[in-house]
Formats: sequence, C-alpha cells, structure tokens
Amino acid sequence: MSNVNTQFKKSNLSVNKLEKSLGNRIGLGLLYLVLIVVAVFQIYPLVWLFFFSLKTNTEVFGASPFALPTDPQWGNYAKAWVDGGVGSYFFNSVWITVTSVILTVLLASFVTFAITRMEWKLNKLALGLFMVGLMIPIHSTLIPLFDFFLKVNLVDNPLSIILTYTAFNLPLTIMILLGFYYTLPREVEEAAVMDGCSIHRIFFQITLPMTTPVISTTAIINMIYNWNEFVFVNTFISSDKYKTLTVGIQNFIGQYLTDWGAIGATLMISIIPVLIAFFILSNRIVEGIAAGSVKG
Amino acid sequence: MKQVMSNKLVIALYTLPALVLILALVYVPIILTGYYGLMDWDGIGAMTFIGLENYIELLQDGKFWESAYHSFLLAAFSTLSLAGYLIISLVLANKLKGSELLRKIYLIPMLLSSVAIAQLWLKIYDPNNGMLNSFLELLGVENTPVWLADSKLVLYAIFIAIIWQYAGFYIIIYSAALKGIPESLVEAARIDGANPIQIAYKIKVPLIAGVIKVTVILAIVGSLKYFDLIYVMTGGGPNGASEVIASYMYKEAFGSYNFGYGSAVGFALLVICLVITWLIRKLTADDEEIQY
Repeated sequence: MSNVNTQFKKSNLSVNKLEKSLGNRIGLGLLYLVLIVVAVFQIYPLVWLFFFSLKTNTEVFGASPFALPTDPQWGNYAKAWVDGGVGSYFFNSVWITVTSVILTVLLASFVTFAITRMEWKLNKLALGLFMVGLMIPIHSTLIPLFDFFLKVNLVDNPLSIILTYTAFNLPLTIMILLGFYYTLPREVEEAAVMDGCSIHRIFFQITLPMTTPVISTTAIINMIYNWNEFVFVNTFISSDKYKTLTVGIQNFIGQYLTDWGAIGATLMISIIPVLIAFFILSNRIVEGIAAGSVKG
Repeated sequence: MKQVMSNKLVIALYTLPALVLILALVYVPIILTGYYGLMDWDGIGAMTFIGLENYIELLQDGKFWESAYHSFLLAAFSTLSLAGYLIISLVLANKLKGSELLRKIYLIPMLLSSVAIAQLWLKIYDPNNGMLNSFLELLGVENTPVWLADSKLVLYAIFIAIIWQYAGFYIIIYSAALKGIPESLVEAARIDGANPIQIAYKIKVPLIAGVIKVTVILAIVGSLKYFDLIYVMTGGGPNGASEVIASYMYKEAFGSYNFGYGSAVGFALLVICLVITWLIRKLTADDEEIQY
C-alpha cells in the first residue's frame, strides 16, 4: 500500500516538474548559483588556510596564493606544536573547557530543577536574575573582575577563568535547559516522591538521565564558546603555562610573524577540534544555537 | 509531595552556588564599574574619589565619540545585512535539495574563535601575498588597496569578516523560525494563487516578526560590544580608524592604566546596550504576538 502511495507521489511530482516552465527552471538554477557562491565564500577561506599551512615561505611569497602546496610541509604542524608551545596551549584549552562545561551544566541543571520542579517564593526572581544576565556585555565587567581576582590572588590562576566562564554561560545554559524541562512529563518524578525517594536521588537518577539530550546540546554549545573565548584569558592570565589556544595563538604569531606556514598550522590546530565536533554533532549545535536565541 | 518539593535546605543547596557565582561575577561587577568610574585610579594604587569628572570628560572626549560612531556604524551595517540573511533563509525554506547541507556549511565560520578568524582575515587582506589582492590582480586591477592600513576602508574590511563569521548564525535562527510556520497556512496561500515571493513577503516574514525583532537586538547589541576581532586585526588602527567602544575601554584601562576612566567607558557601554535593548522592545511592543 505504502509502495503504491509513494509510486503515486512520484508520478505526481514528475508531472509537476514537466509543468514547470523553462523560466522557472532558469530561476531555480540562478538561485542555486547564488546559494553555492555564498557557500564557497563561507568555506573557501578555510580551504585556503589549510593549503598555506602546508606551504614553505618560498611558495607563499613566490607563487600564486591559489596554488596547491607542491610538497606538503607537515613539518609546519610539528614546529607549531613543539617549538611554538602550541601543544601546551592546546592542553590548557582542553582541561579548562571541560572543567567549565561540567561545572556550568551541573549548576545550571540544579537551578533549572529547583525553578521548574520545586516550590519556593523567590523562584521567579531567581529566574529573572539569570535571564537578565544574558544582556550584560562582558566588557563592562572586565575591570572590576580583574580587580577582584587581583585582591583574592586569583590573577594568573586558571580558576579565575573557569569561574568566569561558568558564571557567564549559566544564563544561556539555563535558558536552553528550561525549554526542555517544561516539556518533560512530571509523572515519573511524582511517582518517585510517592515511593519515598529522596530529592537528590530524584535529581541524579531520574531527572538528570532524562535530560541527557538537552544536556549534550548545552554542553557542546558551551564547549565551543569556552574553547574560543579570548578576552578573559587575555586579561586574567599572564604566564605562558596557563594560556589557552586563543591567546597562545596570538603569542605564537607574535614570534613567527613572517612564517605563514607555521601560523597556518597553528590556526588549523586551533580549529580542527571544533570542526570535528561539528561533523559529529552538527544537529545538536544547530539545535542549541536556534534554542538559545529564538526564545530570547 | 509538596513537603519534599519545597524543602528549603535543598532549594538553597541547588540554587545558591549558581546564584553566588552570577551575583559575584556578573552583577556586582557591573555596579562596581559605574562606581569605579567616579574614581581616579591606576588599577594598582589607591583610588581617589573625583565625582563625575570621568563621566564629564567622557562626554567631551572626541576619541570616545569617534569609537562610539564606529560601533554604531557596525551596528547599522549588521542590521542591514540581516535582510540578506533573511532572504537566503527564505530561499532555503522552499525545500530545496541540499538546503540542510548548505545551512551547515554557512554555519562553520561561526564556530571558530574570533582570534582565528581575525588571523585568517589578516592573511586574506595581506596587501602583497593575500588572497584578495591576488584575486584582484588576476582580474587586472592595478593599485590594489592596502585594506586594513587604509583608514577609509578598514571598517568595511572588518565588516566583511564579521559577515563571514555571523551569516550562518542568523540563517540558522531564521530557518528554525520558518520551520515553525504551519504548512497549512502556506498551502492555503498557494491554493489562493499566491506566488512564492508573495508567500515569503506577505505571510512568512510577518509570522516570524518576533524572531526578527530578537535578531535586530542581537545584531545591534552584539555590534556595540564588538571587540575580539578588531583588537586582533587592527588594534583599533590605523590611527583610531577602527576603534570601537570596547576596544577603547580596554586600551584606556589595560593599556594606559586609566582604570577609573576605563570603568566609566565600560559603564557607558553597559548603559548604551541596555537602553537600546529597551528602546527596540518598546518601539516594537505594540506588535501583537501572532497566534496560529
């Protein structure tokens, strides 16, 4: 039956196609052309970056920038990773990002659970406090934050970065979590209460596992934001051993100003993890971006 | 049930860590930035209270107004470019083959750090070996521009990089909103003889007006606090031609150790962002939420 149906749909479609005038088809062709030009504009600079990361300086300065690397210089990557210390920046980015993401998602889940499932008077006020936080420009907080961390001896300490990332990502994370919590049926939790389950067990063993899809969405969005963050690290961290990739790249490029191959390799190293995450989790990322703004 | 779910101790345990963090690291600092703006302070030594002096100086500071002008120019460009993103999203919404893939390709630059983007575009704009000038030379253009070193072009050049970074972000938002429009409405219009352009302009766009409003706020406020890309690409130069409010604040505080004055600039930035958000919401508030 369904087979017949699809068959019918297909023949219907082809009739439609035949009916389409030539003008329509040219119009469609032009549309595609525009869309593809935009796609090339979006993607070609990255392809170009990848190519020049594999070139020698003679190629960069002597040959056409559009030429393919004649003899791929993978050594550029080794040079950036080992000599340029990019390996250490990379490691810092990984552990600082991961720690902040775990902290943010856990704290945000606690808050969202308390706001949507528990009964208390200041519920709405607390929610408002987090939501207004979405509108605060981070630069307006920079000087007092720097002064505060200086006073409590946290300047040039990764903890300052982790705490700031967590605080500034809580609003968005809570907002995305809220949408999911509101749609989640309460019956399971209510039944658990009836059975005498403690609130902590409900949270950790029932609610948290039920929210895994949205947790992964918020986690990946947080991960990208933290991985790419620049101004806090640039302001709070001064020792090389604590710098993350974004600031480390700046350092590195300052030293190897004219070595395009090494610079390209460094940039590639910094964007490859995000690209990999994107190829695996693109749907989650798209979902997170849409959820994070449409409801705002 | 009620007793378990209104346990004060548990509520405090669950909400206090996050509340303390956001109060201490977001709300207290924005109040302090206004307060520090009343001080003469080099960031290390003691503060001297000087009243409104910094704020009065700010109002008469040509450099501040110039950077504010650049920020507003970027905001205007960004808002105008939303129309382009909206058109692309409307085209993609017509169930074209490959539209899902195209949307994802458009999004890729948005996932990269502003620092990486800035470094990449520095190379693209490189006057001698960059991609852009080499391309122009292929087309036969002589005297290719020096882009970031040209005070007349620098802001536009940066803006192209900003478009590159954010196009996919807005297209994703618009696409998600367009997906929420019930198929039946579009179908009804089609039966009534509306062509795709009429459907897009008269039905789809009004239906997502709320989301368009949000993106206008995001684009304007986002542009006003623009920093990373400009800081890395030009540092505000040449000769202040690409200075924006946030980069001016950063320079005053962490470059010239005028922490008091920098705080005043930071507070001005906060006030401008909040006022504009409020203004846009106010101006568009009488649009009733559309029900379908």
